[in-house]
Amino acid sequence: MSVLVNKNSKIIVQGITGKIGSFHAEDMIRYGSPVVGGVTPGKGGTEIHGKPVFNTVKEAVDATGADVSIVFVPPPFAADSIMEAADAGIKVAVCITDGIPTQDMMRVKRYMKRYKAENRMRLLGPNCAGIITPGEALVGIMPGHIYLPGRIGIVGRSGTLGYEAASQLKELGIGVSTSVGIGGDPINGCSHRDVLELFENDPDTDAVIMIGEIGGPQEAEAGAYARDHMTKPVCAYIAGLSAPKGRKMGHAGAIVSAFGESAAEKVEILKGCGVTIVPTPAEFGSTVQKMLAGMKVAAE
Amino acid sequence: MDIHEYQAKEILAKFGVPIPKGGLAYSPEQAAYRAREIGGSVWVVKAQVHTGGRGKAGGVKVCKSEHEVEEAAEKMLGRKLVTHQSGPSGKMVNRLYVEGGVNIAKELYLGFVLDRSEQRVIVIGSTEGGMDIEEVAETKPESIIKISVEPAVGMQAFQARELAFKLGLPGSAVADATRVILGAYRAFRDKDGNMLEINPLVFTAEGNLIALDAKMSFDDNAMFRHPDISELRDKSQEDPRETQAADRGLSYVGLDGDVGCIVNGAGLAMATMDMILLEGGAPANFLDIGGGATPERVAKAFRLVTQDKNVKAILVNIFAGINRCDWVAQGVVKAVEISGLELPLVVRLAGTNVEEGRKIINESGINVISATTLAEAARLSVAAAKTGNAKAA
Repeated sequence: MSVLVNKNSKIIVQGITGKIGSFHAEDMIRYGSPVVGGVTPGKGGTEIHGKPVFNTVKEAVDATGADVSIVFVPPPFAADSIMEAADAGIKVAVCITDGIPTQDMMRVKRYMKRYKAENRMRLLGPNCAGIITPGEALVGIMPGHIYLPGRIGIVGRSGTLGYEAASQLKELGIGVSTSVGIGGDPINGCSHRDVLELFENDPDTDAVIMIGEIGGPQEAEAGAYARDHMTKPVCAYIAGLSAPKGRKMGHAGAIVSAFGESAAEKVEILKGCGVTIVPTPAEFGSTVQKMLAGMKVAAE
Repeated sequence: MDIHEYQAKEILAKFGVPIPKGGLAYSPEQAAYRAREIGGSVWVVKAQVHTGGRGKAGGVKVCKSEHEVEEAAEKMLGRKLVTHQSGPSGKMVNRLYVEGGVNIAKELYLGFVLDRSEQRVIVIGSTEGGMDIEEVAETKPESIIKISVEPAVGMQAFQARELAFKLGLPGSAVADATRVILGAYRAFRDKDGNMLEINPLVFTAEGNLIALDAKMSFDDNAMFRHPDISELRDKSQEDPRETQAADRGLSYVGLDGDVGCIVNGAGLAMATMDMILLEGGAPANFLDIGGGATPERVAKAFRLVTQDKNVKAILVNIFAGINRCDWVAQGVVKAVEISGLELPLVVRLAGTNVEEGRKIINESGINVISATTLAEAARLSVAAAKTGNAKAA
């Protein structure tokens, strides 16, 4: 088991014939991900990397039974593609695209609410590295080989910082159940809290690493959730200790504009919620190792 | 992206928000001419800079004669205005806006923001106009009115009306106020605003509403569909290094430290800066060269970072995912050769093909300190910067 995606997922790639979409679709297939096809309007009926291409997401879903989609569509059209996936009955959509206008994302979020909670699509991203359930499915752009299969859940905004954490775990022989990118944009799909809930309910995840950063309320929300509803231990790192207030640090969402949004403030809030703090970005591995040792002692 | 006050007002006027009579001036003579053109007996000369807090810093002057207008313009033009929001280096005043005086009866606040927790546009009103809204939130929180806009249908007339009544406007002015508030909302929505602040929104002695000051910033990601707004960009108001970086597709933020950073990915870039801080050093910059760390991008990054004279050592931290370490390493070597780098350089590569990458760096003959972990890389670069500083002293 794992969260969101596994070997039984049926994955389509929106924007599969584009340069970036095609490149990563090939990489995902090479990893062994169950990719069943792709969508590019106007290229329906053709094939790429041995998979069928469809004109619309609905056609792709009808023909393949797809339930997961990854979106590589350029920013001006990406919001539309996400809504198309939601309407076609896709259950999990991962949007890699960086640069979608904020107001477009507000409309996407509002649009997704049209569907009943049990039918509603889960959106990851935009501006994220995707999801990987090691050994089963890669729905993203991360290097698959740095993740060992295992029982630690990872949720984070940043791509490369997530790689850093996973490779530190691998060095220590610790594996990952699923690693989930939620992206660096101010308005995004699933929040840290939403993903913590998935990990809490996943029998194959023992503990969670949350990788946050400056800006926005999501890390604090997740901390409150961990305090009130979680039985599994959570550790967290907040990037941007050295970031000046009011400056955007790369990610559209990485900007301190309100009280409680700086790294130092978030760390204090999370500590107050009983979340273990990863003191430096060089200590993801050692912190998890200590946390697991603590769990073992507690179990005995 | 930020724009000037007069540009924000021009946009608002197009959406039916009344603004005072005014004109742009690039010289004292032009300012005096504008005053004559506007007419009346009171004018306000306002420095056009991308920062708040102009009033207290001498960037806004009320004048009673054309001569005073000319004098005020003479004092402001060509100088840097340092306000409590501008940072110590201040912002250059190249343009002035001359406006006719207004008979103020009441100063209100009207603002629009994209709220991240609600994931909606929030309209903020307050009876305490003319003050910093953060200050009002602290001292008089009861005066702040917030309205949340449903994204599917947009702001409704009843919401604007409710706001107008809560702002204490007389019944006779409410219809007008509703039109003004909805107009400002449409400007914000249609132009993909990030933030719009009309502070103060003035209710005049004659019973009219006028936007006396306006500040507007836009969503950079939406500029592809607003060429009219992109044109308003004023590079003289930006940090030249950041402008240069943005023009080359790199994301750069200049800081005060001495360890230059070149990293791929925003999160890892922030973490690298944090690590330098934790090792007792100070990062000179944030720089994300993006996912595809091509040799060209690495070379551009070197040029950018070395332009900062405070930099005493450079740390390159690349986690190669899709692109391979050997390829990134070739880029680093090439970039060092081209740029003739003399500063101490620490390189930490991780990810795909890391062994080959390190081999290329070590065998290249370039002067480079190789690091395996993030902690080691930070420690070595902080030490190198300190030694460099000692030498310089």
